[in-house]
Amino acid sequence: MTASTQRDGSTTPMLVIKLALAWAFVGGPLAWGVTETIKNAMKLFQ
Amino acid sequence: MSFLDRSHSVAGPGFSRWMVPPAALCIHLCIGQAYAFSVFNLPMTKLLGITHSTPNDWNIPELGWIFSIAIFFLGASAAVFGRWVEEGGPRRAMFTAGLCWAVGFFISAIGVYAHVLWIVYVGYGFFGGLGLGIGYISPVSTLIKWFPDRPGMATGMAIMGFGGGAFIASPLSVGLMSMFSTPTHIGVAETFICLGVIYLCFMWVGAAIVRIPSPGWKPEGYVAPVVAQKLITKNDVFVYDALKTPQFWLIWWVLCLNVTAGIGVLGQASAMSQEMFPGHVTAVAAAGFVGLLSLFNMIGRFFWASTSDYIGRKNTYFCFFAIGTVLYALVPWTGSIGSVAAFVTCFLVIISMYGGGFATVPAYLKDMFGTRYVGAIHGWLITAWSMAGIFGPVLVNYIRQYQIDHGVPKAQAYNVTMYIMAGLLVIGFICNFVVKAVHHRFHMKPDHDAELAQIAVGAVSEPAGA
Repeated sequence: MTASTQRDGSTTPMLVIKLALAWAFVGGPLAWGVTETIKNAMKLFQ
Repeated sequence: MSFLDRSHSVAGPGFSRWMVPPAALCIHLCIGQAYAFSVFNLPMTKLLGITHSTPNDWNIPELGWIFSIAIFFLGASAAVFGRWVEEGGPRRAMFTAGLCWAVGFFISAIGVYAHVLWIVYVGYGFFGGLGLGIGYISPVSTLIKWFPDRPGMATGMAIMGFGGGAFIASPLSVGLMSMFSTPTHIGVAETFICLGVIYLCFMWVGAAIVRIPSPGWKPEGYVAPVVAQKLITKNDVFVYDALKTPQFWLIWWVLCLNVTAGIGVLGQASAMSQEMFPGHVTAVAAAGFVGLLSLFNMIGRFFWASTSDYIGRKNTYFCFFAIGTVLYALVPWTGSIGSVAAFVTCFLVIISMYGGGFATVPAYLKDMFGTRYVGAIHGWLITAWSMAGIFGPVLVNYIRQYQIDHGVPKAQAYNVTMYIMAGLLVIGFICNFVVKAVHHRFHMKPDHDAELAQIAVGAVSEPAGA
């Protein structure tokens, strides 16, 4: 993933923070949902 | 509301294109709730009786219409509003989708509270369906424009969210219902209101962070292929001209047949696994199997769409149809030898390709018809899903019932269906095989471009980043 998007090609810490927040915002709930599903799916193998 | 205009969502300097997939996921993770709507079915049959269903309570067939109406309006709104979405830009579309989706939940809450079913049909079915259709197509062309080097991966990421939305919605809905339920009340209406508020906030965050690239923008270091590739056009086709091409209808059938084969199985997976392996697969294990299928449905969307960037869209669909045909034909054999592991493996691969079919098709359309109207063309193609949503379950359910009525043991009642599914995939293989490049007479002419330039936007803006 290329975080750097400045016109001069440099990476700014603010941009990295924005990207991390945006991905955590969608990744967090998704990871929680997938974990819950896997926990249930394990019952198939018990 | 100028904030929603296309011209106000053009990326400025310092914007990273990697902000766009999370924006798209904000929408798709929310509307993916539709796959988990069945968690409300049982509680909604006991709204009056609380511990059991009374004669005045709603029954499952009546409740089944809520989802069917929503899926119908998903297809209809994606087709009708496709051009509006494309020309108005992703922010306006995402904002509207969030509003429709949330309003659908709020109206449904009123219907549940008053115990009037048609209000729920209007709420979740009509308004929710509009939110589904507009939301589903809203980020597609934007992602393709931001990722010309990896269009399959980009759209696969967003459409993966639609598969993943059920993972969040299912435990969230169950948790909220248990929180709001009392010994004398089932908390479905309150859960609908909470979900509406949560989804509205989530989807509007997506609308706020989405951006479109400025005209002529390209990723840093990206060089468009100089040598023309046979099945990747450099031209654009107007949305209504695309509908006149044989390619559109061939891809329509490709999607329809791929989805028909998968959707019927997805709906019957729990019962099928228990009936084919009586005594081996319990109800709890079957629920685990359904969870695994959903997981592979989601993973397949990202995996296959990303793979298509390397092997090509047509070859990806060849894989779906060839591997799918073999696996469907093998399912009865797994039942006859009593191998649950082989049965589960077959269906996990099949369902990954079902998801992959959804996720790869926007890039297939982009290759055939260009990027200009790909979102609107995709909207029309979604009608194939609505059609498959009717045919798939009907094929599985009715053929199974016919077999049982004619004395076939339950363990073998799905065999004919599996062979029919394999046959459908062979037809899909042929449709995909005959797809050729779109004839140049369908390509957009300069006068069309001028008209579009007027409609389009004062997309001023400074160049965005990579």
